[in-house]
Amino acid sequence: MASSEPEPAMLGPFLETLIGGLLTGVLYSLVALGFVLIFKASGVFNFAQGAMVLFAALTLARLTGAIDGREVHLVHFIVAAAILGSALAFVAWYAWREYVARGGGAIERRRILLLAAGGALIGGVVAGAYGKGSWPLWLALPATAAIMGVLAYAIERLVLRHLVNQEGIILFMATLGIAYFLDGFGQTLWGSDIYKINLGLPKDPIFLLEGVFEGGLLVDPGDLVAAVIAAVLVVVLAVFFQKTRVGRALRAVADDHAAAQSVGIPLDTIWLIVWTVSGLVALAAGVIWGAKLGVQFSISLIALKALPVLILGGFTSVPGAIIGGLIIGAGEKLSEVFLAPILVKQFNLAGGGIENWFAYVLALIFLLFRPQGLFGERIIERV
Amino acid sequence: MLYREAGQFKTSYGADQQIFPILQDRIFVLLVIVAAFLVVPAIASPYLYTEILIPFLILSLAAIGLNILVGYCGQVSLGTGGFMAVGAYAAYNLWLRAPEFNNLIVVFLFGGLMAAAVGILFGLPSLRIKGFYLAVATLASQFFLDWMFARVKWFTNYTPSGSVAVGKLEVFGVQIDQPVERYILILAIVVVATVVAKNLVRGHIGRSWMAIRDMDIAAEIIGFRPLRTKLSAFAVSSFFIGVAGAMWGFLRLGSWEPLAFDINRSFQILFMVIIGGLGSILGSFLGAAFIVLMPILLNQLPGWLGVKMSTALLSHLEFMVFGAMIVFFLIVEPHGLARLWSIAKEKLRLWPFPH
Repeated sequence: MASSEPEPAMLGPFLETLIGGLLTGVLYSLVALGFVLIFKASGVFNFAQGAMVLFAALTLARLTGAIDGREVHLVHFIVAAAILGSALAFVAWYAWREYVARGGGAIERRRILLLAAGGALIGGVVAGAYGKGSWPLWLALPATAAIMGVLAYAIERLVLRHLVNQEGIILFMATLGIAYFLDGFGQTLWGSDIYKINLGLPKDPIFLLEGVFEGGLLVDPGDLVAAVIAAVLVVVLAVFFQKTRVGRALRAVADDHAAAQSVGIPLDTIWLIVWTVSGLVALAAGVIWGAKLGVQFSISLIALKALPVLILGGFTSVPGAIIGGLIIGAGEKLSEVFLAPILVKQFNLAGGGIENWFAYVLALIFLLFRPQGLFGERIIERV
Repeated sequence: MLYREAGQFKTSYGADQQIFPILQDRIFVLLVIVAAFLVVPAIASPYLYTEILIPFLILSLAAIGLNILVGYCGQVSLGTGGFMAVGAYAAYNLWLRAPEFNNLIVVFLFGGLMAAAVGILFGLPSLRIKGFYLAVATLASQFFLDWMFARVKWFTNYTPSGSVAVGKLEVFGVQIDQPVERYILILAIVVVATVVAKNLVRGHIGRSWMAIRDMDIAAEIIGFRPLRTKLSAFAVSSFFIGVAGAMWGFLRLGSWEPLAFDINRSFQILFMVIIGGLGSILGSFLGAAFIVLMPILLNQLPGWLGVKMSTALLSHLEFMVFGAMIVFFLIVEPHGLARLWSIAKEKLRLWPFPH
């Protein structure tokens, strides 16, 4: 019975796998989006995106009290106090430097207030997290977002500013260093247990299209919510980039640093905004991922999952990241379910697990035909 | 005062083209090599061999290999661990299936050659893909090779656990068993390989790599063939990395599984190259020393200070400090430890005068 028409019995599982893959792909897209934002605006290949996702998820999980009734470790207290102290010291030092730099004149009060607020926020968050109680989600979410903003500020100020004009690979290595640091920092601060973020989503799987297929299609509602969140995020980002003043400045910087600077766009501020936005995207990815699979160290490895998405979609394209994520997600799941058993049988393998490399090979094949990715800007080379 | 080339005249082309044109450098390098061969075995403890010297030497060789590709030819690769695995498993299979070749030199060379072949295969995309796209594309080789050695049972000789072990190693009939014997063998291989690498990069082929690195289109226009140049860099680099991988499996681990060559290994070697200095053979050694020694120091430090910590916290702090050190070094000296070394040498030549 060799017919080209897929048999109905196969179509159900096929569609189910496809949908599952697409929904996973949404998560890859979210992580890839963070990469793209930063690469576009500053040319930094930010390997720390995965670590940022982990950090955001850990912070949120801890703030919402994912682990109740746990004894607080003395060392944790000391670390928290040290971080709080250094944050305050940093604020004080910065204010003093600003003061001196202006010849003892008037200090820009707004800036100091901002820094003081940041320091106080960190202190409050740390104190809150190590207290007995837990924060409600509506409070913890903005607090985590604020922490991601502070993190972005620190990265821009302490690392990137000192590496302006270095080669791409040096910046890449620096973000690898940041990734290591954040992995360690997040786990030192918040502990390394497996947390579960509870968003209060319905847990029971729902069935779609029961009329068409026998038994219908099995879909996890959490995945659907995730997809909706991702879609909303993408729309918001698109509006932000196309319609707002800051968005226009961002695009200008992405186009040409020097030209943007010469028309008066402050590069520092733009980079700060970009890192903050990608921090927020990381938070969204962390929340969804954490709600689905729990928060643990392996989250930071999803950066590696997002990389084939990037080369497939192009480093500089926001739509590319979305579509690339969907293609990779679907391709990965389909290959695991349908291709792997064939390979295992054919070559007598010890189990499948081809999803680890399949995405890369898929992306590689695309690349051979379009070296700049599906949606990347055409590479023009001159001598 | 001691370090000055005044009065050292070159009277032949040979003298003009030496690797170390300054007499004091030659003496210094010779002393280091003699000390490594003769003095170290007299004083070193087994711990020093297995935890510091052997990893340092093997990873130096891998770093030299990666440096040829990244530092000299400008093709960023994140697949080092995969190529090391190819070397290790190719060597293992030759050693296992052809006992008549039970000579480690032959086994290692075979591992290197197989790695070179695989390197050429995965280097092919570099002709079309450049920059970070290529870096990510090389990850494909890393993950694919990882998977292949974990899943295709033939490579691991159908062991149920998937880990392989070697025993009874010999070189030209001499048993290699004790740490000191391993050390001497590794040292000999690394010294020879270093001389080969140094001469390659300062010769015609090395210059063609550098031309491609500096601007590939311009290099193409003046007559370097990108295909040959890039693939030769991939082949030579993978050969060194493969030999290092085989040595890592045979002489450092003894028994291993694919996890020994995962992506963290790739990053580790890349760190060595960047911290040591891109495009510098000496830098590969300095970077390897730094990356091998630092975790050991970080691990010991709390003990020395008398602070008690849980192992989990310790490992997290280690991560933090490691990451911070990487960033710190990149900010202070983006050109790596090799640049610091050459600055120090410049200063020494002028000493006691400031300019």
